[in-house]
Formats: sequence, C-alpha cells, structure tokens
Amino acid sequence: MKEEIIIAGFGGQGVLSMGKILAYSGIMQNLEVSWMPSYGPEMRGGTANVTVILSDTRISSPILHEYDTAIILNQQSLDKFEQQIKPGGCLIYDSNGITHHPTRKDINVYRVDAAEEAVKMNSTKTFNMIVLGAYLKVKPVVVMENVLNGLKKSLPERHHHLIPINEKAIERGMQIVNQI
Amino acid sequence: MLEINDIIKPENLVYGKTPVLTDSVMHYCPGCSHGVVHKILAQVIEEMGIQEQTIGVAPVGCAVFAYNYIDIDWHEAAHGRAPAVATGIKRLLPEKMVFTYQGDGDLAAIGTAETIHACNRGENIVIIFINNGIYGMTGGQMAPTTIEGMPASTCPFGRTPERDGYPLKMSEILATLPGTCYVTRQAVHTAAHVRKTKKALVKAFENQKMRKGTSIVEVVSTCSSGWKMTPVNANKWMVDNMFPFYKLGDLKNE
Amino acid sequence: MGEDIKLMKGNEAIAEAAIRIGVDGYFGYPITPQSEVMETLMAKQPWDTTGMVVLQAESEIASINMLYGGGGCGKKVMTSSSSPGISLMQEGLTYLAGAEVPCLVVNVVRGGPGLGTIQPAQSDYFQAVKGGGHGDYSLIVLAPASVQEMADHVKLGFDLAFKYRNPVMILSDGVIGQMMEKVVLPSAKSRWTEEEIKELNPWATLGKPKTRERNVITSLKLQSDEMEEHNHKLQAKYQRMKEEEVLFEEFNCADAQYLIVAYGSSSRVCQKTVEIARDKGIKLGLLRPITLFPFPSDRIYELAQQVKGILSVEMSAGQMVEDVRLSVNGKVPVYHYGRLGGMVPSPSEVLKAVDEKLIGG
Repeated sequence: MKEEIIIAGFGGQGVLSMGKILAYSGIMQNLEVSWMPSYGPEMRGGTANVTVILSDTRISSPILHEYDTAIILNQQSLDKFEQQIKPGGCLIYDSNGITHHPTRKDINVYRVDAAEEAVKMNSTKTFNMIVLGAYLKVKPVVVMENVLNGLKKSLPERHHHLIPINEKAIERGMQIVNQI
Repeated sequence: MLEINDIIKPENLVYGKTPVLTDSVMHYCPGCSHGVVHKILAQVIEEMGIQEQTIGVAPVGCAVFAYNYIDIDWHEAAHGRAPAVATGIKRLLPEKMVFTYQGDGDLAAIGTAETIHACNRGENIVIIFINNGIYGMTGGQMAPTTIEGMPASTCPFGRTPERDGYPLKMSEILATLPGTCYVTRQAVHTAAHVRKTKKALVKAFENQKMRKGTSIVEVVSTCSSGWKMTPVNANKWMVDNMFPFYKLGDLKNE
Repeated sequence: MGEDIKLMKGNEAIAEAAIRIGVDGYFGYPITPQSEVMETLMAKQPWDTTGMVVLQAESEIASINMLYGGGGCGKKVMTSSSSPGISLMQEGLTYLAGAEVPCLVVNVVRGGPGLGTIQPAQSDYFQAVKGGGHGDYSLIVLAPASVQEMADHVKLGFDLAFKYRNPVMILSDGVIGQMMEKVVLPSAKSRWTEEEIKELNPWATLGKPKTRERNVITSLKLQSDEMEEHNHKLQAKYQRMKEEEVLFEEFNCADAQYLIVAYGSSSRVCQKTVEIARDKGIKLGLLRPITLFPFPSDRIYELAQQVKGILSVEMSAGQMVEDVRLSVNGKVPVYHYGRLGGMVPSPSEVLKAVDEKLIGG
C-alpha cells in the first residue's frame, strides 16, 4: 500500500495540521510516513500545501510531482494541482470560493462542502477535520481508532478535551462527501 | 669577602617576579606598555589565588603571544572575536575566571559588535583593553582610537575626521550599557598609575567573582615603535595629547 | 506503536537529539529554513534538565567563536545555520580546524548565491567539503537523508569530532530540515562532568592545575617549519578519516548497468527514480554518500568497473560531480544533472536525464 497525497489551501485553513494528524494516524497503523510542507513567506497568509505519504514500505522521495489524491481547499490550489493527479486518482475539494470547477474526466472527483458544514456545526475550527473525514471515507487508508490515537498524539494534552468534537467533525465529513 | 650567595637570602629579598609570569623573554619593544600590564595582571592572578581557575583569551595584535608569558590556560581568538570566545568559555564554565586581553583595533574596530553585545548581555568576564591609538603589530596603521591629527602609516599626515572619521571612545559607549558594572580608564606610565591599574584589575576580577556583570579596564598606552618616538617622549606625548581626549578615571563603578 | 516513535521535523530532531546525547552548549543566530533548531531548544529549556546552555548570539560570526571558546574547554558545542550564515562562519571554522577544536555545525542549505532563496539547495557542497575558509583543512561532512539520520548524525558527529579533534558539519537542506518523518531519538546520556572532560580531553582549557603545563588553544605558529609540521599532522589526520570513516548506502547496485550518485534530499528523489526505472526494466542503481568528506571514492571506482555510465544528481550546478569524476578517473563517462536556486528535481525528470545522458549518451 502506498498513498501519495497533496493537501493545499490557504494558510490558516489547517492544511498543515490536517496533514500532521493524517501522518500520526499512519504511524499508529504501523505505516511509514512523511510530511513535507511548503515553507517560507508563502506560509504567512498566502497558500499553504503539504505532501503526505503513507506507505507500508520505506518512502523514497518526500517531494512529488504527481499524486494519488489531491485535497484542495482554494481556487489557486485547484488550478495548480488538478493536472498533477495521477490518472485514476482522486480529487477532493471544498467548493467554497471555487468559481472554476475541476474539468478532468480521468480522475474521481469528490466534493465536500466543509466550510459551510463547519458554520452549521457552529465550529469553524473543525473545518479541516470535516475535510479529513471526507478523505477517509473516499480512501480508508487508516482506521478510525488510529485516527483518534493520531489526534491524541498530535494535540497537546491541554487540547485533548477537543477530541470528541473533532471526532464528530470527521464523522460528519464522511457523511457529506459526494462523488461528482 | 662578600660572596653572592651571602646576599641571595630570603631575608634580603625586596622584589620577586611572580611565578605566574613565565621565564619567556617578552617580544615587546622597549617602552611598550604591554609588558607592564602583563606583569601586574600576573601579580593579580597570583595574589587572588586564581591561577588554576583562570582562562585568558588572547587577541590578534601585539599581545597575540600573551599565552607565552602568563602561566595559565589560554585560548586564541580571531581578530575581534575575543568577547565571543570568552562568552563561550564563561557560559560553559561559570565557576572559572575568564578575561580577554584586547587592543584597540581588536576591541573597537573589527570586534565592535562582539564587544558591545558581550557587554550588553552582561557576560560575567573581565575585558582588558590596551588603547595605544595605533596598530602596533602590523606596523603602525591608523586605529579606531587614533586621535585627530595623529599620524599613522595609513594617515601619514595625521587623522582627518572628514576622511577618516572620529576617534572612538569605546569605554564611554560601554559605560552606558546596563550589562557593564565597572568601566575604568587607567595608564601605566608612572609607578603610581601602575598601582592604580593593578587595583582596577583586582576590582574587575572581584566583580566577576561576585557575578556582577562585565568589567572593562582600559589602559591608555604607548607604542613608541608605532609612534616613532623614544619611550620617554612617547610617555610625554601620551600625557600631553592622549589624556586630554581619553580622560583617566572611573566611567562607571556599580 | 512504541512510545518512543515520534513524528517531527528534521530541524526539531537535531534539537531533541542534542539535548538527549548531552550536548553542553548551543550558540546560534536565526535564519530560515533552520530556526526551529534554536526555537525547539529554547522551548525545551534544557538548562533546567541537563544543564545545556542555549544562547542566541548577535551574529553567526559570534556564534562560531562561542563554539571556539566552548569547544576549547572540551565541551560538546554546536550551532546551526543556513547558507548565508554558514558563509559568515568560515573564518571561525578555519580557526577551529587549525586549532583542532571539536564542534558540530549544522548547515540547512538554501539556494544561493547571495541572499538567494529560502528554498532547499545543495549548492554549498564545495564550501563544505573543500575547506570553505582559508588554509589547507577539511571538515568531516555528514549528509543525512532522513529525519532519523538528522537525529542520529548529531551523536555520530560528536563522536567523530572528538575522535579526530576536528569540526564536523551536517550538510542538510530545507527538505530534510522542514519535513516530518518517524524518528526514534537516541538514548539519553548525561553531559560529561569536568573530571570526565579532563580524562577524555587532556588538551582542554579548564584552568591550569600545578600538575600540568598550561593548555593553549591556538592555530598560530609563526615559524614556517613548525607550521608545515602542523599541516602535515592535520593532513595525516584527514588521511586517517579517509581510511576509517567513509559511510555510504547502496540501492540496487549489485546488477546495475547505470549508476546515480546523489546525497541528502536528492538521494531520496533518486530512490524513487530507481524504483520507476526498475519497473521499466532499466538496471539503474543508486549510491548515496553518507559522508561527503571523506568521500566514498573507492566504492565508486569499483562500481565504475561494472556500469556503463554515472549520473551525479545534485541541487547545484555540478559540484559533487567533480569528486565522482576524480573517483572514476576516466573509466566511464560521468554526467551531472541538477536543478538550481531552490528547485527540487522530480523523480521522472531525473529518469529523463538518465535516459538522455546515460542510456542514450
């Protein structure tokens, strides 16, 4: 098993932390993992992206130019990464703020209106967990138990009381994701 | 007849070289202030009983071979970097006594940043600053402390502020920093001044023992070779020309 | 999963490993992309646990000279920086090498020249392995290719630094510094006591007891014959490193017809290239130098007897390729493929270069 993922959106959307939770979940499942962020000034308010690889064998390159799955949270990232998905791969995106929707026919496209749902749930901070839920529904590469363990590992102890609400958000994401 | 061995007896001894000073013959020119400062520094180390705890940092400049003359552990520094080297030593060996021995080019030109920041952090060290207004070792070039009108090989017709900038009063600057506890300017051209400088060194090392911060002992010095004067004339020129600009005395004593 | 497996950045692994193996002092100055090293150390407050000193200096020049002072006392001292800052440290490094003072310097390389870019590069290879400062000297240069190796090379670096009384550089880059992977930290060791330092490093300036001559840390010998003798001693030491300390890793070299040589993050990209090539039936292998000085020349020479051509892949205009050519000594063609200025090559573009330069060439 090897899953090569790009997660891309605006800084502040929780792109990097979603990747980190996914990577920690992979460790809980005894997988090899790598997490490679874009870094530098572009982190501050601009676009942010992170490449996460989960594999049951040693990971070679942590930097990739094509992906099994792209999780896309803004227009710039959609424009940039749609063409870098492997044929037959997955694109999961939040349509909030998207005016030019995906056009490729040789990939599986999924939509999750996570921003809208987070507002409905009165918990905008769990936006990225709704997206993570959508991803896990499409690609169940790690089991829920390990995701929760991964959350526990990546959150500082003082935030552990937030785990139930994050779990709820992940479940919600699983429910609302739709294939286009 | 009186034999030499009848005279060399402990009860006849009126002066002895401190054992902290080695038997190496110093390379300093006749009339140079370095030798006197080395001697009183070695005496202070002996009298305070700190020979086994003291680590000196030697600069680039005429005092580069200070480690041949004073019998303690020494560390060479690149030009200007002595306060950083001393910081590394003192931070890792806070119980030891650490000093730098620097000239004016070292402390006030190439090492200005290291000097100011070590003092501003209040590094618990002693800085001994030999200010003779010239680069002695490289052959008499202009120093940051060369006074206006004073000739040097790179300003043969005298320092001109329009071209060369102004002489830098480093001790006055360092005295403004909260990290320094003691900043004094002394000289060693008369016996009385030598005694005062020695007292200043004792005070500086005691400050270090009490962890009070950075102590700076500037010694306004002669360089008869660089100044192209006899030692006697150099002393007189220093009194007449250097002292009015670099006034002796304590700039800070907390 | 064992409790001791952690997910962290390469830069954080450096800091965590330093505390655990009993480093005495870190002195540094912030610069992207490695500031997490000092940030992690400051957040961990190791002065309360191991007694490690962490100090933000006023410049890289001051940092390296604080290492000179602390290292001269026989302490385990380290700094980290990125390319422009490492350039400022070259003066200090040549003094440390000349005076034979051990220390560890981490360079998380970014693209240059000048202020350049903060993105990853490997364009400081020459500076790292060919001296960098003035005079005939060499650093031991380690090239980690994973977060685990970032942690492991801290201990390895200090072991080598004290074995040879020589500065050691970890030559990393923005990829290895910024990415997170699984890591198992080295087992905790307490810092050396003063008695242990006296025993292990009798040259250290800890204050002169009556029982020994004074210790002087210096690189100065004004008499040319003495300086020549000192240089011969240093050269003999570097020769010993070449004989005893070469480290490398091979991927699919046994039956390889074509060979890539790549280190650090490039070697990770090239592993993927090898995977793709093997899927296509191309007999491609990869040799990854782990020590860049000493360089694995002998093994590359051996492989040159077997392969048809060698490609050196670096994020530079072609620096390590010169050492590969020297190793091969004309036996087979040696080519270079690189990206510059912070660009990281993709596995497929490297394969294209293999195809064009090695197979088609």
